[in-house]
Amino acid sequence: MLDLTEEEKTLYREQIDLILEYSRLFEELELEDVEPTINVWQLKNVLREDRAVSSDSAFLHNVLQEAPDQEEGYFLVPLIID
Amino acid sequence: MKLYEMTACEAAAALRKKEVTSQELTESVLERISGVEGIIKGFITILESEKILQEAKKIDKLLAEGKKLSPLAGIPMALKDNICTQGIPTTYASKMLENYRPSYDAHVTEKLKEAGTVLMGKANMDEFAMGSSTERSFFHPTRNPWDISRVPGGSSGGSAALVAADEIFFSLGSDTGGSVRQPASMCGVVGLKPTYGLVSRYGLAALAPSLDQVGPLSKDVRDCAMVLDIIAGHDPRDSTSAKSKDNYVDYLGREVKGFKIGFPKEFFGEGLEEPVKKVIMEALAKSEQLGAEVDEISLPKTPYVLPCYHLVVSAEISSALARYDGVRYGFRAREGDTLSELYRQTRSRGFGSEVKKRIILGTHVLRTEHYDDYYWKALKVRTLIKQDFEKVFRDYDLIATPTSPTTAFKLGAKNDDPQTVHSRDNYTRAANLTGIPAISIPCGFVEGLPVGLQIMGRPFEEGRMLQFCYALEDMLGVKGYKPEISVEGGH
Repeated sequence: MLDLTEEEKTLYREQIDLILEYSRLFEELELEDVEPTINVWQLKNVLREDRAVSSDSAFLHNVLQEAPDQEEGYFLVPLIID
Repeated sequence: MKLYEMTACEAAAALRKKEVTSQELTESVLERISGVEGIIKGFITILESEKILQEAKKIDKLLAEGKKLSPLAGIPMALKDNICTQGIPTTYASKMLENYRPSYDAHVTEKLKEAGTVLMGKANMDEFAMGSSTERSFFHPTRNPWDISRVPGGSSGGSAALVAADEIFFSLGSDTGGSVRQPASMCGVVGLKPTYGLVSRYGLAALAPSLDQVGPLSKDVRDCAMVLDIIAGHDPRDSTSAKSKDNYVDYLGREVKGFKIGFPKEFFGEGLEEPVKKVIMEALAKSEQLGAEVDEISLPKTPYVLPCYHLVVSAEISSALARYDGVRYGFRAREGDTLSELYRQTRSRGFGSEVKKRIILGTHVLRTEHYDDYYWKALKVRTLIKQDFEKVFRDYDLIATPTSPTTAFKLGAKNDDPQTVHSRDNYTRAANLTGIPAISIPCGFVEGLPVGLQIMGRPFEEGRMLQFCYALEDMLGVKGYKPEISVEGGH
């Protein structure tokens, strides 16, 4: 969700149209049997056990300190449900 | 010669021979900063002199005790401000992270700390690394040391300008579509984008995660290899981090006779300024004098690089920047009494114009009804572009092109004309889309402004790439030219 000024809307529309227009060039290409490249080396997901790496309370404290609003170990946000 | 004028390697050698101390090097750099930084404005944050000098003295003590440290121990440097530094502001040049002090160091920050280098501060950049002039910084523009009425390029413009102005011995930048190489070219320094995966992205603010790489900016090719030796290597915290690593300095000075270099005709056509072309062709002629075989080649998918890049990068940006919501860190708008209003206000007011534009483009191309037409197609085109390069690399060791079709442009001149923006930045994108390593080295001047030669190589063959660039740098004879920084401005 982003609020935009009228000026921004006009400018963005112009620039975004241009880029989308550019991509029409792709119509010249035969893409049917081409595999997409999502990651250049076609890597597989690296998974680990779902376990907390750190239980260091000082680290948690530091992370929470970065939050604009926090209380008792939680991030504080405005009311979600009335 | 002033101490700050030395290359990192020369300064390191003087340290080992006990001709200077890290403290003296640092004091010299601080003196330089106080002399020219008011004009250049390459930093967002400069650390307190006292703290920096303390660090330098610590290294001096360790060296005096005979402690084994890296070759660059005691050398002052700077990091682009999208690389996390524990407890030190890391702003991404955005209002969104204006007051952010990370609770951790990026992998590359850790590496450079372990190596005993001395962090002087954080370098200016375009907001969230989106831009190619450093004029999109939330804080202030940076000026090109060769002509202060011109931009340093971007997005790592601060990192490049600081090295060119001798305010630091080397720096790190990040490169998603040319953001290390293009400013390196415009500031007359060496800038390397390593192979995707060679350097860990842990602690680098994500822009487009499948394209981003951290890379060094330095005064010459040897310094570049020395920094790469420190920052390259596997890191389990970045699951795209590769297991291969080499000893890059070992390649320097080796014979380059018989190297096969291709220059793609698609990079030498319309849009390339004639005087820039001339300088590049001269550099290619010198490559032949080194015994390299230089041929014209073709990369026929080049016209598709730009639309492909824009679609991939915007899609990834819209996803990567979703995390800035005013809840866990960074800016929070105080208005709005519901959570969704908090998101809306925070993002609308925290992000600059270019950032918002790219998020909108990204979400647009990822919409279900457009997904196949735009994003998915772009990923397929990316495969074709990659195959183009693979084919050339079967016969050629390296590909040579201009880094940028022009020299540095005037501050304010670039504006928002997307057509110019696009054609100007077309030469560096392919290396990010294909993951290959690419470097820009200074190869000459046009009307007193530096021109960069881009060399691209096979994946994980930075060693051979640096080997060639080291030999060519010597042959070109432009190394060591320094800008005269004056308030007058030139051209």
